Amino acid sequence: MHSRKFLILLLLFTGAARADLLIEITKGVEGSLPIAVVPFGFAGEKGEPAINVGDVISSDLGRSGRFKPLPVGDMLSRPTRSKQVDFRDWRAVNVENLVIGEVQPNGPGGYLVKFRLYDVFRGEQITGFSIPTTSRDLRSTAHQIADIVYETLTGEPGAFNTRIAYITSFRKKIGTDRDGTNLYSEKVHLRVADADGYNPQTIVSSEEPLMSPAWSPDGRRIAYVSFERSKPSIWVQEVFTGRREKLTSFKGINGAPAWSPDGQQLALTLSKDGNPDIFVMDLRRRTLRALTRHSAIDTEPAWSPDGKQIVFTSDRGGRPQIYRVSVRGGNPERITFEGKYNARASYAADGRHLTMVTRLNGDYRIGVLDTKNDQLRILSDGVLDESPSFAPNGSMIIYATRANGKGVLAAVSTDGRVKQRLALQAGDVREPAWSPYHQKERK
Amino acid sequence: MKITRLAWVAMAAAALIFSGCTSTEKRDSGGAAKVVEGGSASVAGAGDSAAAAGAGAQTAAMGLGGVWSGSPLDNPDSLLASRKVYFDFDRSEIRSEFAAVLRAHADYLISNRSINVTIEGHCDERGSREYNVGLGERRAAAVQNFLEAEGVDHTQINTISYGEERPQDPGHDESAWALNRRGVLVY
Repeated sequence: MHSRKFLILLLLFTGAARADLLIEITKGVEGSLPIAVVPFGFAGEKGEPAINVGDVISSDLGRSGRFKPLPVGDMLSRPTRSKQVDFRDWRAVNVENLVIGEVQPNGPGGYLVKFRLYDVFRGEQITGFSIPTTSRDLRSTAHQIADIVYETLTGEPGAFNTRIAYITSFRKKIGTDRDGTNLYSEKVHLRVADADGYNPQTIVSSEEPLMSPAWSPDGRRIAYVSFERSKPSIWVQEVFTGRREKLTSFKGINGAPAWSPDGQQLALTLSKDGNPDIFVMDLRRRTLRALTRHSAIDTEPAWSPDGKQIVFTSDRGGRPQIYRVSVRGGNPERITFEGKYNARASYAADGRHLTMVTRLNGDYRIGVLDTKNDQLRILSDGVLDESPSFAPNGSMIIYATRANGKGVLAAVSTDGRVKQRLALQAGDVREPAWSPYHQKERK
Repeated sequence: MKITRLAWVAMAAAALIFSGCTSTEKRDSGGAAKVVEGGSASVAGAGDSAAAAGAGAQTAAMGLGGVWSGSPLDNPDSLLASRKVYFDFDRSEIRSEFAAVLRAHADYLISNRSINVTIEGHCDERGSREYNVGLGERRAAAVQNFLEAEGVDHTQINTISYGEERPQDPGHDESAWALNRRGVLVY
């Protein structure tokens, strides 16, 4: 029964909300809450939105693995207003919670979304809101409602109204070198999409590698590495305006940018002094300070949520392992001891768990280290899994994996019980980075 | 089958005659041809980055009596025609089988002090991407150190690590990985 595969095709007819991610829940979950989200009604004569808010909420809740939404075809009635609700219809199909609502026209291009969440067995409303929005922000409003439902019923904040940044690459064979090697041209894009895969937008394109997207804590900027002009540089780009600035372009490696939690500093990897070390840049003064000085490879810095520590990958012990150092400097302390290869660690918001790439019997998997008891748990089952990134509420980890010969994105709940795959229809997808909360703004 | 030196010269001459003015396509001899030289990235979905056409002609001179008199770099019979060295998994030591090729490049650079070379370091796809950028740099540095130990001036050498971003073979097995763990000399 757990092998049951849900396949939720997120394909839409409008160009505006085109989805090119396919979401698949590859592993079921025991104890998920039975809920019904009735398709929302429309209380106007014309201008009905192209998307149904109820469908978006239902997909969100289902993807989280914490909820089991009732298929619309199994609903005995389809109320959109409170007086139409007959709780017997929902008790009969063993639904514990019910979400209904409707969308009303609200001035030119505007809508008012009303929804109610019910406890079916008590027969009473738990919460209800009226949210003004626009046709452009309707999906975002639906994700907001999913967040409210999620938080109300699980006690934890939802992360549906967030985004993901990722790299997509398209390679084309363009000929053969004189030694018979195939030659390729490549088109690389840095894209940002809603956390459910909708609204993908390209924010940078290049014919040379783009790497390591990192969200600023306010979600307004993304730092990344670009090899344009055949030289790696770190850029910072405003997500909503496209305005960008080159931050570093030293000789050698300019890589692995990571924002401090207060957004004032950027940790990064530079090899300008001969080999890769971790540096911290004060973004206002533009001053640089070396945090590590070692002949080994030191890279992939990540900040603790309190901004006091930085973890990074180093092979100073012979093999890549995770080390931790105070932001003020000092002696790094090794914190991973299981396995011969641990890399690219990053913290969950709780400051206790770290996700990382770990090698297990020759395969590269996503692991979570509990720093309280040093337990490392393997969450993924791929061969070349990489680039794990926590959702801002810590409930899930998005990472890159391979399926059918292509790079795809996958997500796993932090407890390892729920897995889902987000597959782009074209190109190789890699290096996902989950945004922080509250950064929905489109200009 | 190996093309004879004379035939190669004839082909080069024919190419010269028929092409008139070919555009230079600088190759990294690795995963991707740098079709856009000095091209910039396009931002915020502003569209595809313009393909800046390379300018200039590629020429090879035909010598008398079938003796190669173009740039030695273009002589297919020279060790200089080999521009790649391969590495073991997670290692950056130069394998002994590549010493002769690197010595030939060192000799060439020593006798041509105005010529510069860029050494690219590359990795296979296993492991984390930024760590691989570090590993690729270590491989490029190993090639650089070899050349400098042979007497090449350090000002003639640039290095760049592409990590695992530009595989020579896009496959996902050991044979592909072996080709992707490489250092490439780009003149």
